[in-house]
Formats: sequence, structure tokens, C-alpha cells
Amino acid sequence: MMSSNGDGRYAVQIRHLNVFYGPRLAVREITMPIARNKITAFIGPSGCGKSTVLRAINRMNDLIPEARVEGEVIYRGENIYRPEIDPVEIRRRIGMVFQKPNPFPKSIYDNVAYGPRVLGIKDRRTLDQIVEQSLRQAALWDEVKDDLKKSGLALSGGQQQRLCIARALAVEPDVILMDEPCSALDPIATERIEDLMKELVVDYSIVIVTHNMQQARRVSEYTAFFTTDESRTGELVEFDRTDKVFSMPSDPRTADYIAGRFG
Amino acid sequence: MGEQVQDRQSFVPGDQAFQDDLRRRHRRAKRWQVFFFASLVVGLLALLALFANVADEAFGTIAIASKYSEAEVLAALSEARGVTVEGPLEALENDDLAQVLALYIPRRVPVIVRDELSRVKPEDFTRVPLREALAGATLPPDIADLTISQLSLEQQTAILSANLTHDVLYARVLNDVIGLDILKSWTLSRTLFDYAGIEAEFQALVAAQDPPNPQLKPHSWLNSTFVTGTQSSYPELAGIRTAILGTLWIMALTMLIAFPLGVGAAIYLEEYAHSGNWLERLIETNIRNLAGVPSIIYGLLGLAIFVRALAPISSGALFGFNEANGRTIFSAAMTMALLILPVIIIAAQEAIRAVPQSIRDASYGLGATQWQTIWYQVLPAALPGILTGTILSMSRAIGETAPLIVIGASAVIFVDPSGPFSKFTALPIQIWQWTARPQEEFRNLAAAAIIVLLALLLVLNSAAIILRQRVSNRLRG
Ligand SMILES: Nc1ncnc2c1ncn2[C@@H]1O[C@H](COP(=O)(O)OP(=O)(O)OP(=O)(O)O)[C@@H](O)[C@H]1O
Ligand SMILES: [Mg+2]
Repeated sequence: MMSSNGDGRYAVQIRHLNVFYGPRLAVREITMPIARNKITAFIGPSGCGKSTVLRAINRMNDLIPEARVEGEVIYRGENIYRPEIDPVEIRRRIGMVFQKPNPFPKSIYDNVAYGPRVLGIKDRRTLDQIVEQSLRQAALWDEVKDDLKKSGLALSGGQQQRLCIARALAVEPDVILMDEPCSALDPIATERIEDLMKELVVDYSIVIVTHNMQQARRVSEYTAFFTTDESRTGELVEFDRTDKVFSMPSDPRTADYIAGRFG
Repeated sequence: MGEQVQDRQSFVPGDQAFQDDLRRRHRRAKRWQVFFFASLVVGLLALLALFANVADEAFGTIAIASKYSEAEVLAALSEARGVTVEGPLEALENDDLAQVLALYIPRRVPVIVRDELSRVKPEDFTRVPLREALAGATLPPDIADLTISQLSLEQQTAILSANLTHDVLYARVLNDVIGLDILKSWTLSRTLFDYAGIEAEFQALVAAQDPPNPQLKPHSWLNSTFVTGTQSSYPELAGIRTAILGTLWIMALTMLIAFPLGVGAAIYLEEYAHSGNWLERLIETNIRNLAGVPSIIYGLLGLAIFVRALAPISSGALFGFNEANGRTIFSAAMTMALLILPVIIIAAQEAIRAVPQSIRDASYGLGATQWQTIWYQVLPAALPGILTGTILSMSRAIGETAPLIVIGASAVIFVDPSGPFSKFTALPIQIWQWTARPQEEFRNLAAAAIIVLLALLLVLNSAAIILRQRVSNRLRG
């Protein structure tokens, strides 16, 4: 395992993270870095806590009443769980794309413009520019540019997911967390999103949760493998460069999982 | 990979058994479908019976008697004018109708002016100048500073002709001159199916009482005089304008108070108070129970709080209005608002809860605050559901009678309500009042008022439904 040191190569560092749901410990003692301008993949069997760790990175767990977090998540040299840190600011800098496409029941334009508007941008021209730029970055512009007034819900699943990515890009985050962004998509839409991630990683640091080994291999630079122990608590088994994890896993459980013998 | 199961045992029925059972399942489904349809039919029949009953009372035949016949009145008018005036009476212009009043009942002309137009207390009417006594009426400037007793009969008649509607003047001629007297009224069903019986009863009535100028004619109790006229103790003159306006004022104020409060409370309960502690559970349970409290109890509460304890506010005295007591539109609206508040809260809570968590997550995930998430995402998405609940609660409130009676709505009001601190009457009060009278004619009026109430309800509901439709269309984009 790689030890986390605090130089500028890391966008985020997770240290000794425990997350509880009520009395139950869901993930234990997670320590790992998220590299800057790289794609980090989270893999592991269902229920091992990948989404839980992902949500801990931008304090989305705050929204689950019974969730409780211990440990540290260091972002820009500060622990985001310190009481004086405002989670609103964290979420604006560390954006999120959810497993199920969840556009607002509003027009495509309003979906993308919502984030900037929330930040207080009112000028129509600026908003127009942000919307176009974000939709272009998300490779959706050509498909919707004549139809920006159309409801976001009227798009196909793959288009909706790209709309959600555009929406996340519109507030210019540092880090983008993607929770199984392709699980509802066909291979072509999946490929588009993968290409998109490879383009975006020049400007952003990306974390992606995926059940698709090939996808993790294709897009990511680093891979974290999680699994559950006997008490069904999730833990980080292995974190390393993706090629290392897939070619020479250091833990037998990782080897079993990527060989499809388990989970 | 699990192990292959070798001898798989079958538990589901075989082909024949399945076929037989399937037929039985379809038969059972059919029986339930018949039952559901029957429920619908019973409901519709009940509704139909209700409408039929109301219509039966509101339309029909009346037997009338009058001191003078139309022909006599027209002849007298022609003589006074020096030209032949063509009938029927109903088609006459305002000045002709006013002239008839002046001819036959000159001494009552100032009284009619007072009853229909006075803006001051009856005992002051003859003392203050017309500018004040008839504030708002059209007056020639030269008489504005005089009192009513200083005017000539012609001037008084001119005031009537200029300020009263045709319908009111005509009703006055019918009632005060012709002395229209409704001898008896028959329902719509008898008019349609037993007109011969009605005629026989009419002949017997005429033979027994020998009324002047007896006449049998069809009559709709729901007519323009009824809708636009003010109250009267003569059924043929009575109108419900003050009651309609009272109801509209109360509903508008009730909604203005109950909607924001109800939605606000629901937002707090759903979006902020989510620790699920005993206090919150207690509050939620209580709100649910409050929705079932009989309305008369809200009336008692309204009487104690708004009419009595808050009299300086509810009478408007604090704001410079001088109503004598707190039995005002304000008190009625506050009471109604309390009554429907739990219903609105519950409906809004359900609607807010139905907004998918994924929408909230998306909004928070972009760095929106809780307030922004609620205001821009949750509320718009919940609004159609909130409006549905509000429409239902409005339908309930508009027909509520008991609380209004308890807080003391005045049954007899001649002046239109002009604001929150006016005395008032309302349609359900008026209907209740009329049904309690012994004379048959007032029951006919009550039926006509019920039709007006239902129509009003329909109009308000349609408006709310159109609003809801537009909101949800906008959301779907
Ligand atoms: N809101 C919640 N309340 C209670 N327990 C939860 C909640 N969310 C997740 N858990 C529990 O935490 C554990 C980890 O869940 P998590 O969703 O992080 O798994 P995951 O690795 O993302 O699984 P999947 O691959 O199926 O998405 C599971 O045992 C789950 O039951
Ligand atoms: Mg997950």
C-alpha cells in the first residue's frame, strides 16, 4: 500500500476514515490518497462501502441522518470535517455525479445553469457561455444545442448522465466524484463517457466507482480495491497503480476478485 | 458460481390444474370489477339525486296575486306621461319604473332611497346632507348639500332612476306597487309531471281566498335579481350579493393566511426537523388529530380568541376602523384558516416527501444551501401536490357553516362587506337561515343559493386546477 504524504500531487487524502450508519460500522480505517489530475477507480463487491467512502469525500454523508464519520479527509491542507468548515463550500469544489442519472425536472439550460445561479451568477450572457462550455465539455452540446428549452427528463439515459456531468462541470470543481456513472448505459454511451473522463482529467481530479473491471483498467491510473470482512464491515484491501493491481495484485483477495472468482 | 441443482423439484401446479385455476382467477377478477363499477354508479346516482333535489326546489311554478294588474299600471303611467307606454312592465326603462313608484307610492320613495342607497345609520339618514348619506351615488351637484326631506318628489325619483339597477327598480315596482304576493309555490317535478294538479290547487286557492289579480306562472328562483340583489324579508326581492361577497372575502383571506403558514410548517417538519425525537412525533400526531376535530370546536376557539380576546384587532379598532365588535370577516377568516391549516400541512408534507431524494442530492452536490435546495428544487416539484391539497381544503372551508354561526356571522346584512373588518354574512349562513324559516318560498331561495354556492365552488376549484396544471406543465418542460 502506498503511504499518503502531503505534497501537491494529491487532491485529497483520506486518513483513518470510519463511517457508521447508526450503530453499525460500514467502513473501517480507510487511508488512501486521491491523485491530482488523475483518475482513481474504486472497485469491490456490492455492499463493501465504495459509495460510502465516495460520499465521505464531499460530505454528502451529512445528508443521511444516521450516518456518522470519524477520521480525516484532507483537502487543500485542511480536514473537511473540522466543525468550522462549511460543507456547502466543499460540495461546490468537490462535485458529484450519481449512479442513477438525476437531472432536475427543468429544462436542459436550467439544469446546467442551476449551479452557477446558486453561486450568484445572474448575468444572462455569462450563464449562456457557461452552459455552452459545460455542455461541450460533456460532449452533449451538438445533440441538444437546438433544444435547450427541452426538459432534462426528456433525454435518453446516456444523455441524462452527460447532462449531469455538464451540470457538475458548470461550477468548475477541483475534484469530480462519479458513482458508477455508466451502470445504466449501453456500451456506446459508456465509451463516450470514458472518452470524456480522459479529456476531463487534464483539468480535474476524478474518482470513479465501477463494477466493470475493464473500465477500471481502461480509464484509471490508480485503483482501490475494497471488500468486506466477516462482520460485513468494508475495508480497503489494496491501493496501487492500476496496472500493478491488475497484473500483480499483492493480496490474494484482490487476485480472486479481478479474476472473477469472488463477489 | 454455485453448484448445479440436480433433481429440481416442481412446486407449481401442472398444466390442467393451472388452466382450471386461471379461469377461477379471471372469474374472481371479473366479480371485483363489477363491484368497483357498481360503487361508481352508486356514487354518481347519489350525486344526481342531490342535484335533482336542489333543482326541484330552485325552479318551479308560483301562484301570485297583486293589488294592481300590469295593464292598470301601464295605463296610469301612460296618462301621467301623456303618451302610450307599451308593456310589458319588465321592459320599461329605469325612469319609467321610478315614475311608477312616484305615482303610486310617493311617500315611500325616500324610504326606498334610504333602504337601497343609504351609507349612514337609519336615524341619521334624514339629518345629514346627501353627499354623505348617499356617498358614492350619482347626484346632481346642486342637491348634494341638501337632506333628503328638502328634495321634491321629482328629485327623489331621479335619484332612484339614476342609481338603482333595472332589476332592483322592477322588483320594487312588483313588490311595493303591484303588491306582488306569492300565494303558493310548486316544485319543478310537480310542474313537469302534475301540472293539472297544480292548476286544480290554484283554482281551489282562488275560490277560497279570492285574491286580487291571481296568476299562475313558471318561476326560476335563481335569477339575476337573486344573485345581484341585497337581502330582503320578501322572498321575491331577496338577493344574496352580500353573502357571495362575504364568502369571497373570507375565502381569499383564509387562503392568504393558511397557505403560507401551512406550507411553511410542512417545510419545517419535512426538511429541518428530522431528528425524529419525541417532540416532533408529538407535534406530527397532533396535527393529524387536529385535522379530524369537528369544525364547531374551531368555531368556539375562534369565538374565544379572535372575536373576544383579540377584539381590538379583529374589530379593526386598532387600525382606526370602528366596528362595534370582533364578529368580522377577519375573525371568520382566521378561524377558517385554523380549521384548514392541518389539512394543508398534511397535504404539503406528503407532497414534499414525494419529491425524490435524488433531486435534493443533486442540488446539494452542486453546492446549494439547504434553503436554495428547498426553494428552487423541492418546493417547485412539490407544488402540484400542495395545490391539490389546498383545493380540497378550500372546498371544505367554503361550505363550513358551524364555525361561522358560532363566531356570530350576522344573518341580516344590507351593506356589502368592504374589507377584513366588515361585518359579514356568507352563503352557507344564508342557506342555513333560509331553510330554518317556515315559509315554503324561503326553502326555494335556499335551493337557489345552494346552486350559487356550488357554482362558486366549481369556479374557484377550476381556477386552482388550471393553476396546478400550469405549474406541473412548466416542471415537465
Ligand atoms: N443510508 C444508509 N443507511 C444505512 N446503511 C447504509 C446506508 N447506505 C449504505 N448503507 C450500508 O453500508 C454498506 C456499504 O454501502 P455502500 O452503498 O457504500 O456500498 P457499495 O460498495 O457502494 O455497494 P454497491 O456496489 O452495491 O453500490 C452496506 O452494507 C449498506 O447496507
Ligand atoms: Mg454504491
